[in-house]
Amino acid sequence: MKNSVLIAICLLVSTIGFAQEKNKKMAFEVDGKCEMCKMRIEKAALGVPGVKYALWDIPSHQLSLVVDERKTDPMKIKTALVAAGHDTKELKATQEAYDNIHPCCKYREDDTDDSQQHHNQH
Amino acid sequence: MLLTAQDKIEGMVMEANAENKHIGLAGANVYWLNSQIGTITKENGTFSIPYSKDYNKLVISFVGFKTDTLTINEPKMVHHWLVPSNQLDEVVVEKERDAVQKTFFSTQNVVTVNSAELLKAACCNLSESFETNPAIDVNFNDALTGTKQIQMLGLTSPYLLITQENIPMVRGASQTYGLTFTPGTWVESIQITKGAGSVVNGYESISGQINTELQKPLTDTPVFVNGYANLNGRLELNTHFNTKLSDKWSTGLYLHGNRRDIEVDNNDDGFLDNPLANQINIMSRWQYQNAEKGWVSFFNLRYLNDEKQIGQTDFNPDTDRFTTNAWGSEIDTQRFDGSVKLGYVFPELPYQSFGFQTSYSSHKQDSYYGFNIYNIDHESIYTNLIFNSIIGNTKSKFKTGLTFAYDGYDELVNSQEFNRTDTSAGAFFEYSYSNLEKLSFTAGLRLDTHNRLGTFFTPRFHIRYTPWEKGSLRGSFGIGRRAANIFAENQRLFASSRTIQLNGNGGDIYGFDPEKALNYGISFIQGFSLFERPGNFSVDFYRTDFDNQIVVDWENPDEVIFSNLDGKSYANSLQVELNHEVLPNVELRTAYKFYDVKTDYQTGLLQKPLQARHRYFANIGYNTTPTENGSQWRFDYTLHALGEQRLPNTSSNPVNFQLGDFAEGYSLMNAQVTKVFSKKFEVYVGGENLTNFRQDNPVLGSDDPFGTNFDTTIVYAPIFGRMVYAGFRFKS
Repeated sequence: MKNSVLIAICLLVSTIGFAQEKNKKMAFEVDGKCEMCKMRIEKAALGVPGVKYALWDIPSHQLSLVVDERKTDPMKIKTALVAAGHDTKELKATQEAYDNIHPCCKYREDDTDDSQQHHNQH
Repeated sequence: MLLTAQDKIEGMVMEANAENKHIGLAGANVYWLNSQIGTITKENGTFSIPYSKDYNKLVISFVGFKTDTLTINEPKMVHHWLVPSNQLDEVVVEKERDAVQKTFFSTQNVVTVNSAELLKAACCNLSESFETNPAIDVNFNDALTGTKQIQMLGLTSPYLLITQENIPMVRGASQTYGLTFTPGTWVESIQITKGAGSVVNGYESISGQINTELQKPLTDTPVFVNGYANLNGRLELNTHFNTKLSDKWSTGLYLHGNRRDIEVDNNDDGFLDNPLANQINIMSRWQYQNAEKGWVSFFNLRYLNDEKQIGQTDFNPDTDRFTTNAWGSEIDTQRFDGSVKLGYVFPELPYQSFGFQTSYSSHKQDSYYGFNIYNIDHESIYTNLIFNSIIGNTKSKFKTGLTFAYDGYDELVNSQEFNRTDTSAGAFFEYSYSNLEKLSFTAGLRLDTHNRLGTFFTPRFHIRYTPWEKGSLRGSFGIGRRAANIFAENQRLFASSRTIQLNGNGGDIYGFDPEKALNYGISFIQGFSLFERPGNFSVDFYRTDFDNQIVVDWENPDEVIFSNLDGKSYANSLQVELNHEVLPNVELRTAYKFYDVKTDYQTGLLQKPLQARHRYFANIGYNTTPTENGSQWRFDYTLHALGEQRLPNTSSNPVNFQLGDFAEGYSLMNAQVTKVFSKKFEVYVGGENLTNFRQDNPVLGSDDPFGTNFDTTIVYAPIFGRMVYAGFRFKS
């Protein structure tokens, strides 16, 4: 009896865990530093089918998303972000993709300056 | 199998357990370290990832488990057990920062006038807030009330939709004096949209939209006091009191009073240059904000009492009303406004929201002009429901909703009554697309059914394209319709000996058909940096083509004739503007405007009277850098130059009442100096019409106001000369 309850709970938990939500909120860090990066990051994220909403916050570098989990997953979004030249924790942009971003956006060389400025403004 | 094994790694990620059972982990990250290649495990924990000799560290991570890095030197099957950890290494749900709206570049040609800009013209109400902005022209309504009339794209305010927090405001009975009923200090910002507006706010706007945002109890200062006085006897007092009642509720009480008791007649024509006036204006606002649940609402109540006396200086209303002792006029207005706004943003879906607004107003004007009586009661209800969401993702957004409007008019024109009830219901859908870079557009359509205008579609379209950096090209077109309130909009005709002729065709509105026009235009703006200081250059051209218009013909000095348009009526407007921070802290704005506004009158196609075809504008502002306690000097200077204006035909008048064909051009200068002592206190001194330019004969036939040549409607320049004012602002 005890076991079956436990199994039932496990099943329930796993169903919740694997349920694919239509409007899943998620956030992760994406490297970048300025308004231009923001536009590029959001555009790249919204270019992935299933991404409904993307807002990248300059000071915290957090990309907040609402996605349809049936159509996409975080790794697909990250693949699109690195293709646009922006590093994530897991995936890194190729040197080629990174070279393509605007000179003022070279966050790898000088990452903290801009976000620091934005902090000061708040 | 072997072939595929060459270029990919397949495997399974499992949850570590004592029995080494194969419990697959779905959604785990599998990626090559420092690469752009990654994947996520399927529901049963399996994965497949391309293999390349360039990478040899395969990282496997999952929320709630320790991240492992495997060294892989050849393609092979990978079975890996992840060990649970107590540390979360990926934030899945992050607390939202305050709703920071994404700054999409607008598809509409919108100019926002913020509060700093509004302080540049310290006096006094909304009608006077546009002096430092070239998008709007300020004209003189008549020779008696001193009311200013605003124009955009060469068309007067009835063709503009004037809203207060997106609720239509200056319309119907308040068309002539409505802008003077919003005190300047109540205004937080103004958005001016040139050309066809959005379908969301109705079908009425033709040449543009002006939206006023009022001060919000939550963000306005707790106490604000503004006192103002000018040398021609006008006194104003504004006070705001804002209180935060709880973390969700705030309330504000806004009081305004103004009066003028001193009789001024500088041009010695026996008529007051400015009305004797007395206004009390009270507004109570309640704001509810619950960011967690996504609710925002406003409740507003406002009461206004406005009294004006105009006419001859020796006119005493108690003894001289409706007599030939002296010519005089009184205009008394009482108005009550109430509105409710509710906004709901879905907490989990930041792009989806509901908005609901409803308002009620009752406007009662009792007035007489000499022997002419004009009373109007206007009761209005407006309700709008909007739903905002997306199609696919936030590149494609839409707004859709329903509108309901009711207007009840009860007018008395001398002895004739005009009663009218207008009701309309409509539905709208507006789609916006932005590719987040170069292109965006908004396409809207609404369908309305109106008891007098019929059932009709209103399309509106806006597009924006960015050809290169800091450049923006815009285009728009749209249709607008309205029921013209011919008397309320042309009240100045009562202050003349002109007879009123209504040459209607049996239509539903005073015997006339509804007005309908198409507006379209293009604009281009280019930002630049010169001497490392920002500037911009813009040019726009708009055209309004009337399908029908209620043509008000002033060309015969003995009468004013109303008729449906028979022929052509159009307005072309061209504006070229250059703004630059020419020196550090010195902002220069210059504009040139050209108007070609023509209508087929009874006597043929003529340029619109009392309208300068050429206008120049310059504004220069200099602010010293504020010190630590906020103290600062602010200087502002504005120049308006107007070219010649065509005058209505007066050739049939006796020779000494003939005005000629054109009024010569002239220029006006305003200046203001503000000294900010601290963040709490500042004083300002300013002057309007510094060169003291005046129209010689604003009141035609002023020596015999009951005679046949009396006319106060032909006004092309200021009546009052130089005016000096001073005031203070206190905030805490």
